[in-house]
Amino acid sequence: MLALPIPPLAAAVEPSGKVRFNEQIRPILSDMCFHCHGPDDKTRDADLRLDTREGALENRAVVPGKPDESELMVRILSHDRSEMMPPPKAKKPSLTEAQVTTIRRWIEQGAEYEGHWAFLPLRQTPPPAPKNEAWSRNGVDRFILTRLEKEGIQPSAEADRATLIRRVSLDLTGLLPTPAEVRAFEKDADPLAYERLVDRLLESPHYGERWGRHWLDQARYADSNGYTIDGERGMWPFRDWVIKSLNDDLPFDRFTIEQLAGDLLPKPTKNQLVATAFHRNTLINEEGGTDPEQFRVEAVMDRVNTTGAVWLGLTVGCAQCHTHKFDPITHEDYYRMYAFFNQGTDVNNKGTTMEVGKGEVFGKMVKATPEPAPLAKRAKTPASTQVPGSDVIHTRLASLMWQPVEYVEYDTTANAGLKLLPDNSLLADGGGSFNDTYRVVAKSSLKKIAAVRLRVLTHESLPKGGPGLAGNGNFVLTDVEISVGGRELPVKLASADHFQPNYPAQAAVDGDAKTGWAINVAKGSATGARMNADHDAVFVLEQPVSLDGQQLEVRLHHDLNEKYLVGRFALEVVEAVPDLPRSAPVVATAPNTLTTAAKKTKPGATGDSAELMIMKDLEKPRQTFLFQRGDFLRPDQKLGPLTPGVIAAVLAAMPELQRPQHFQSRLDLAQWLVNPSNPLTPRVTMNRLWMHYFGRGIVETEEDFGSQGSAPVHPELLDWLAGEFIRQGWSFKAMHRLVVNSATYRQSSRNRPDLAEKDPRNLLLARQERVRVEAEIIRDAGLCASGLLNPAVGGPSVRPPQPEGVYSFTQNKKNWITSVGPDRYRRGMYTLFYRSAPHPLFTTFDAPDFQQVCTRRSRSNTPLQALTVANDEAFVEMARAMAARLCKELPGPVYAGLREGRILLACRIAYSRGPSLEELKLLQKLSTDLLGEYEKDRAAAEAAWGPQPLPDNVAVAEAAALVSVTRAILNTDAFVTRE
Amino acid sequence: MNHCTPQLLAETERRMVHDQTRRHFLGRCGIGLGTLALNHLLQQDGFGAMVPGSLKIDPAKPMSPRAAPQPATAKNVIFLFMAGGPSQFELFSDKPRLREFSGQAPPASLMAGKRFAFLKGNETLLGSNRKFSQYGQSGMTLSELLPHHQKIVDDVCWLRGVSTDVFNHGPAKLFMNTGFQVPGRPSLGAWLTYGLGSESQDLPGFVVLQSGPRGPRGGNSLWSSGFLPTSYQGVPFRSSGDPILNLRSPQGMSPGRERKLYDTVAALNRSRLDEVGDPEIMTRINAYEMAARMQTSAPELMDLSKESASTLDLYGVKAGQPSFATNCLLARRLVERGTRFVQLYHTDWDHHGDQKNNLSDALEQRCKEVDQAAAALVMDLKQRGMLKDTLVIWGGEFGRTPMGEVRQTVGRDHHIEGFTMWMAGGGVKPGCLHGETDELGFGVTQDRVHVHDLNATILHLLGFDHERLTYRFQGRDFRLTDVHGEVVKGILG
Repeated sequence: MLALPIPPLAAAVEPSGKVRFNEQIRPILSDMCFHCHGPDDKTRDADLRLDTREGALENRAVVPGKPDESELMVRILSHDRSEMMPPPKAKKPSLTEAQVTTIRRWIEQGAEYEGHWAFLPLRQTPPPAPKNEAWSRNGVDRFILTRLEKEGIQPSAEADRATLIRRVSLDLTGLLPTPAEVRAFEKDADPLAYERLVDRLLESPHYGERWGRHWLDQARYADSNGYTIDGERGMWPFRDWVIKSLNDDLPFDRFTIEQLAGDLLPKPTKNQLVATAFHRNTLINEEGGTDPEQFRVEAVMDRVNTTGAVWLGLTVGCAQCHTHKFDPITHEDYYRMYAFFNQGTDVNNKGTTMEVGKGEVFGKMVKATPEPAPLAKRAKTPASTQVPGSDVIHTRLASLMWQPVEYVEYDTTANAGLKLLPDNSLLADGGGSFNDTYRVVAKSSLKKIAAVRLRVLTHESLPKGGPGLAGNGNFVLTDVEISVGGRELPVKLASADHFQPNYPAQAAVDGDAKTGWAINVAKGSATGARMNADHDAVFVLEQPVSLDGQQLEVRLHHDLNEKYLVGRFALEVVEAVPDLPRSAPVVATAPNTLTTAAKKTKPGATGDSAELMIMKDLEKPRQTFLFQRGDFLRPDQKLGPLTPGVIAAVLAAMPELQRPQHFQSRLDLAQWLVNPSNPLTPRVTMNRLWMHYFGRGIVETEEDFGSQGSAPVHPELLDWLAGEFIRQGWSFKAMHRLVVNSATYRQSSRNRPDLAEKDPRNLLLARQERVRVEAEIIRDAGLCASGLLNPAVGGPSVRPPQPEGVYSFTQNKKNWITSVGPDRYRRGMYTLFYRSAPHPLFTTFDAPDFQQVCTRRSRSNTPLQALTVANDEAFVEMARAMAARLCKELPGPVYAGLREGRILLACRIAYSRGPSLEELKLLQKLSTDLLGEYEKDRAAAEAAWGPQPLPDNVAVAEAAALVSVTRAILNTDAFVTRE
Repeated sequence: MNHCTPQLLAETERRMVHDQTRRHFLGRCGIGLGTLALNHLLQQDGFGAMVPGSLKIDPAKPMSPRAAPQPATAKNVIFLFMAGGPSQFELFSDKPRLREFSGQAPPASLMAGKRFAFLKGNETLLGSNRKFSQYGQSGMTLSELLPHHQKIVDDVCWLRGVSTDVFNHGPAKLFMNTGFQVPGRPSLGAWLTYGLGSESQDLPGFVVLQSGPRGPRGGNSLWSSGFLPTSYQGVPFRSSGDPILNLRSPQGMSPGRERKLYDTVAALNRSRLDEVGDPEIMTRINAYEMAARMQTSAPELMDLSKESASTLDLYGVKAGQPSFATNCLLARRLVERGTRFVQLYHTDWDHHGDQKNNLSDALEQRCKEVDQAAAALVMDLKQRGMLKDTLVIWGGEFGRTPMGEVRQTVGRDHHIEGFTMWMAGGGVKPGCLHGETDELGFGVTQDRVHVHDLNATILHLLGFDHERLTYRFQGRDFRLTDVHGEVVKGILG
């Protein structure tokens, strides 16, 4: 693949007249000559290569100092079709006169070559002095303006204050400024008002969230394991660590070292261990029958590739199979890098973990709800025999008028298959998959339900006739979850006709994956109970629930023993349950009867604590071999075990004195990455920082700083920023301040028709870029505007509402119990992220799937995005809440100007500015039109307003019309765009 | 272990060397062709150049139908993508000599320099135990696994020597779809809708449907618009219920009220566009318009109640059950309604010989899922007179090896040479057999069709010179076929 540099906008000529190889000569040679006389020996002609000085000199193609003796000059000047270059068959235009002159001067000056620009040491070019000195606010502007002046382009005027505060708030915190903040800033006469605003935003805890999310893209952070099973994992303490570290402005060298090698620091703190989860964000394959070594190798390779992409901006992955075709990354380099990461204790799904509690990373441990004693211990005595009275209760429950349900959907997490039999029971006919979870969605004609009965049934296809899939026909049902309308319903009592000692039915509703309901009995049991017979368990809900046309969803978890699954079953429901005798062992089972409040969550993606996966090295290191063609089954034994090392060419480009000599561990690697004389890390990091502010990097191919990537548009600026980063002690906040305080950043983003010819893509930044904000920020902005935002920082992931049918494309149905209460309104970055089936908001708005490192998101603009903001439950809820907020802030019965006032306020909230006259008229017309309609159709008005309470003194038609106004505003381009 | 006689393969190798030389030559000389005569093309066809190297398209109407610059035989495309790489040796390619040498090591001369995804080097040749017969006037060979394909054997043009460059799923799928192995380039459907717009203004011009056990590896980069405007990216549809998430307006919003709201949003956006001049706003206005139209057109599309029982039976559609069959029928309905490009992914053909991915029951199951409906699609289009301008393409990202791969069961690894695809309608020669492989199926002995050639041919059928359908990005005029590709003249009707 060829990636060409951006069109040369102007030749950068040194005042001295010295021709620069990388900027002036290489592009010409690369475009005109390298295809036949370049690095690729497959396409090389005449055994001549012009990409190295040795090659060019060898055949006297170039004779330094003597252009007229250089064959290169002769050929490019020739008109003879048999000898001219490029040859006619290449169908390339001849070199321009200017290009010929440049090459001549370069040869005259000695035909010096330069290495690839990105590997050269940082150039120490001080900011130049543009003619219009007054415009520049800092060094950034001097570079930008000097170049603009060279092209005869005027920069744009500064954006107005409202635009500026919205822009810089979204860029630094991802949240909208409040109307009060906007007003205060607009009125602030202090010449440093903007700088103070920037300082305030950088001190906001939401700064760490905003920039943490960018970093999490690179860390390929997600809440699930990936591949096909894609089970949940608890990695959120790492997310907490990233947020905290950025908020603390942890210097980037420390930030790097702790993530790559925190465990190897002397006496690491717990947080330094948490940081190492960076490289445990690799995928885990939970499928049965996999070779764990294969997936260990995959994970190690991912660590190499991610490290290369994040810190070096190099696509090292190519060298996994062979020496990189264009960049000096050898096959061996790759496996020396690999050796750093090949020492981990983790092997696919096994590895070192550490329990981290909610808030712990922030130094604020949140006490988990007291946990009931482990059931196994607690239940030993009473449950080992039939609890007196429980059979009475069960008999009573079993005699109720149970109604069969109608199955709408039935599937299993591992897609092992459930089959509906003619008798309305479900059979696991696929033989079951290890620890599978069954999900059944059912309808009932009952108006409400008070309890659910699970009947487990024998079948000839099951081992020993079943009803379970274990060899003896047993099962362990570890958890039963019952939900209606996406809400999980607490169970107050569980009972069964029969249970195995220590495995009562209550154990299936205790939220503990290590306990469950099972049915094995010793032979010759005194009670005469048999295992291989039909049995049933009844789950009485805390409160009867009204179905109201909603569907019932039941999940059966089998998390304990791999094959101990229910084989055949049926569900039944009942409308009411009689009062149960108080003397009955409801008390005895009280520890197991759960209320929602007391239910302790399992450790994991959404739990109060997490078993965080962290890095740890083996005591006895593994040997590392080069894999031939990248195949882990073909280690190169001849070459022998490799010692850890870094990319030789990058190392060689470092000044000799600063060059580390020995590499042993990840700590050495990390220290080399942030060694001040390693030019790649600061360049790559600053380029990405720039990208987030201007829509694209100074090097547009921010992921490829190799020779196939694009060249920097402002090379000196990039080097100056990289140098500043180091000089500022690797402080991100200092660099943010530098960039957002620049006049370049503060420019208006309005389109400039005068640039259509000169710089249509705005590479030279004669204006700001207008960019649609990312998926998470669209949600966050909506939450801000509606006033619903729960600004809590950090913690486990949450499940806001998502549309029906998300999992109809995927193999595995996920357990998505919609969060209620404040968790429903957390920022987008806390939404539980399943790699195989992310919340659709994210994929629709271009979030990656985090299967691998993502350094740059694309930005699309599609009808599906329109449907999301228009109709997604979460956004509809935001529009309604925003309308309620308007009524609250401007209360009362309608008086002259109130409607207009609410529209004005809505715009100030959403756009951080008042509406234009035209915008106001449009919104007023919408409001008036719909008000008229809703006044005639009260039911529609109530439906539009939704379930939230109606504010005092506001008619429902008025309120419903206002929802249309807010919904229209949320759907405009101006709302989702940072201008 | 015995090896095959070298004589047997001499011809094969000669051909392969010849092919490589030819490709090498073409590859080198192809550079730069894309930029030639571009303005000429644009002027000739009424597109002024907005930026040189790209079509001029009114940003307000990115999907307005546009005439192809050359006479076209096809207007629409349905691409049945068999994700995972079906085995040509079990379906189309009867190799008696492979059976004869089954169990023997492959000839070293053929293995030299070959790259495989998973083979460990000790595999032996594997003859297929499937029954093959020849059918129709064309005499195409089909195995017992594709009984329904017998009915379309003379409507279809069989490409039996297709080759690609890549042997891993993700990159190979990207290569087939975009001409490049890395994500970020426009896909065929994006190029076509960029070039032709769409006849439908109520449904997306480029729709993606999925069936089979899981989504295709490579994900949405397979239907990406790359650096083309995002209006041209493929829109995935669910094959049951609401095809698109969030299709329903919130409660209390009648269609009339919703219309007023959308009109207001459009007017607000237009007002902002006048103010700031960002063309991206126009794209958003269009996105909302399309979204509004999809709210009525999408449910209508999905409503199969007006399809006759005989049509449903022809495809094997079972009411309410998402399947490849349903998707094939939906594809016809989409094309009927003007959608330009429909791509169906059906997983999973990756039969390495795992417990689940084997050449016995798993392959049989895949064939059952696909055989009837794919054949039905061709027959249905034909009887409706739609086949003449609808091009149907069937195939995967690569084929499978002549060697067996031994895991829990026996399967085959990925093979980039000499696999089979078929095309029907849209101006391809019906009943045409194009391409031959050697007796062991290692390489192509005649009429090799490389992925770039295939894409060049598809563009040709739709009225484009593949060297001239370009888009300028980062200073270069990019095209679907990179700097390669030759139209396969032999299959044009």
